[in-house]
Amino acid sequence: MTRTISIDPITRLEGHGKIEIFLDEEGGVKDCYFQIPELRGFERFVVGRPIEELPRIVTRICGVCPASHHMASAKAVDGCFGNEVAPVAHKLRDMYYHAHYIHSHIAHFYALAAPDFVCGPDADPAVRNILGVVAKVGLEIGVGVIKARAMAQKIQELLGGRTTHLVWCLPGGVSKGLKKEELESIKPMVEELSRFADFSLKLFRDVVLGNPRYVDIILNGPYTLDVQNMGLVDGNNALNFYHGQVRVVDFQGREICKYRPQDYAQYVAEHVEEWSYLKFPYLKKRGWKGFVEGIDSSIYCATPLARLNVADRMATPRAQEAFEEMFRTLGGKPCKALMANHWARLVEMLQNVEMLQHYCADPEITSDRFRVVPQRITGEGVGIVEAMRGTLTHHYTCDRNGICTSANLIVGTTNNNAPIQMVTKKVARALIQPGKEPTQGILNMVEMAFRCFDPCYSCATHSLPGQMPLDVSIYAHGELRWHFRRNL
Amino acid sequence: MAEKKLQIALYWTASCGGCDVAVLDTNEFILDVAQLADIRLWPIAVDGKYQDVEAMKDGELDLTLINGAIRNSENEYLAKLLRRKSKILVAFGSCAHMGGIPGLANLARKDEIFTRAYLNNPSIEPGNQKTPCPETRIDGEILHLPQFYKRVYKLKDIVDVDYFVPGCPPAPNQVKAVLLAVVKGDLPPKGSVVGASELTVCDDCKRTKAEKKVKRFYRPFEIIQDPEKCLLEQGILCMGSATRSGCGVRCPNSGMGCRGCYGPTGNVVDQGAKFLSALSAIIDSKDPQEIQEIINGLPDFVSFAYRFSLPASLLQRSLRT
Repeated sequence: MTRTISIDPITRLEGHGKIEIFLDEEGGVKDCYFQIPELRGFERFVVGRPIEELPRIVTRICGVCPASHHMASAKAVDGCFGNEVAPVAHKLRDMYYHAHYIHSHIAHFYALAAPDFVCGPDADPAVRNILGVVAKVGLEIGVGVIKARAMAQKIQELLGGRTTHLVWCLPGGVSKGLKKEELESIKPMVEELSRFADFSLKLFRDVVLGNPRYVDIILNGPYTLDVQNMGLVDGNNALNFYHGQVRVVDFQGREICKYRPQDYAQYVAEHVEEWSYLKFPYLKKRGWKGFVEGIDSSIYCATPLARLNVADRMATPRAQEAFEEMFRTLGGKPCKALMANHWARLVEMLQNVEMLQHYCADPEITSDRFRVVPQRITGEGVGIVEAMRGTLTHHYTCDRNGICTSANLIVGTTNNNAPIQMVTKKVARALIQPGKEPTQGILNMVEMAFRCFDPCYSCATHSLPGQMPLDVSIYAHGELRWHFRRNL
Repeated sequence: MAEKKLQIALYWTASCGGCDVAVLDTNEFILDVAQLADIRLWPIAVDGKYQDVEAMKDGELDLTLINGAIRNSENEYLAKLLRRKSKILVAFGSCAHMGGIPGLANLARKDEIFTRAYLNNPSIEPGNQKTPCPETRIDGEILHLPQFYKRVYKLKDIVDVDYFVPGCPPAPNQVKAVLLAVVKGDLPPKGSVVGASELTVCDDCKRTKAEKKVKRFYRPFEIIQDPEKCLLEQGILCMGSATRSGCGVRCPNSGMGCRGCYGPTGNVVDQGAKFLSALSAIIDSKDPQEIQEIINGLPDFVSFAYRFSLPASLLQRSLRT
């Protein structure tokens, strides 16, 4: 008897997503397809637009990580103008971006990841959400989380004038600088967020690491993949979110390649499957070999954990300590346990707050020389930043009048399309056993596979009381036998 | 409160999630909403089930907010389903209101969009060129994808809409005001724009304004602007005069021109045409050749004038072949 399990939809990025799992005669998992059923076509409709407008158009790819698209786009546009940018503007953009990371990582950790650990992977779905988390840890902490995220948003607003869909970056720099009084109002919020970052790591240690069952799931569950890692590093191979070179390291820790943004097309290519609107990136020099694991695989992850695997070190001292503690606890670096992504996000958040502290102390940050008028249009640029959900590449060309002639985007979660495809299949195979009906708990354990990646289809879910929308249909000979659906 | 709690739903179609973040950006107010209403469906936030929506009686929901444009068959199905189940349906945010930025895709054809995404693209290797299909058969199994439509529609093209909340995204204080208005039953006539004012962004903008006479338009990167003075008077394109206020003047306050996300004011049918007429009044020349040169300083005017409203405009979409 063959059957199909569908998980439909998961959300965000180019809209919704679904998973189709085909079972064999015995009820084991025969095959699995992770489908993205939507496309909006930004790469085509930005063509013909004035190139300087792109940073304020492409933000609408994602309303949860708009600053990632804004920054990558701004850097690609910088390239089209010969990279003539006021140095302070790079500092201001980086500062903004750290605040943006904090907003996103708080939302993901508390709303999406925490329910699985604080309430439990097989808890009642009705309480396995942020309200359930608040009920367990107390309203005070819940309000603290809302306030911390609001502060991260406020810092962005003070810097760039807007939070969601900022319009701040333009060729030559940014459209507004940071006034001294604005900086003074940011400083106490940064200190508050610094304490909150420490608190979050402590909470993770207490709730997750303090529970042997969770440690076992993280280290010994089916949530691992033998694929490579990608992330952005600075000249010292320390983690950077806004600037640097892309480094790819295999799962045994050896560097495969390191490339400058403008060379991305030599290193990364995308595979298309007819059953998904979302493409599958792979390491071009190795070629598309299918959805396979192994030391020679051309598949890579681009996630918080991948970034920490790729980096030799963190850029700031407290984050470095947390980085060392994490890998020590997980049995060494690199780490293949995808669940450790939740931990990696909190380690990153420490670097974010430390970098905010660094900029708050930088006398140049309030300089009024935040913009120059670029003198020439050079016609091509590639901007790469680390979006929260993976390495984000924007590649534009324009004509001599600065009108966009082409655009290519490789979006954060897209990098992880193949690994998500693979780990979902792996977890489904491990948990869906012949002769046993899949329970809600088991289905949630399947959800936990792609939740490690904080996939952008779930940008929304990672914001407040979260649960992945889920639709599971099980078919026998084409007939519907079981149907679970929630949270569409 | 002894009265029955409001039954509400929030949903998205072809959108980015920014409208949902705008709701979250009301911060602690979210906890109040949870007190006042049962949120029956909100993928971002609560455990509502799709089968529960299908099983609801028609009109069982008091209020549904839909954000996003209509891009494919799945969007259309869900918009129609939620319309049936809801007493009040609100087009929430620019995409549902007017098509929004995804509506700029109406400047390209479907085959051009597919060609760029899947066939002619620097990261697609030769020999690996295929396009997604509505139905794929693999090993005797069938995989389905929704139908990608030829063009983008605004929500009202697909279903009857009771109210419109403009903005990309709607300003959080406006979101709060709208939700409170529904709670209090304090709603204007059907078809109204709510969560915004009848004035223009210009009326709310604090920049100093004098006589508008423009000899040359500048693209934003070509000039260091005066932070106090009206952008349009400096020759920097700003749609504030043709755009409804309510946003808090957030783009001009960021030092950038307005692009019109709150849509046109009251009786204006076509936002871009309104803006064009405003612009023609400020060009400081009577010489046709000079006027042409001044206008040439504004490349790709359509994507400025209709940045958020192309599917709602008289133009609708490009028909070139």
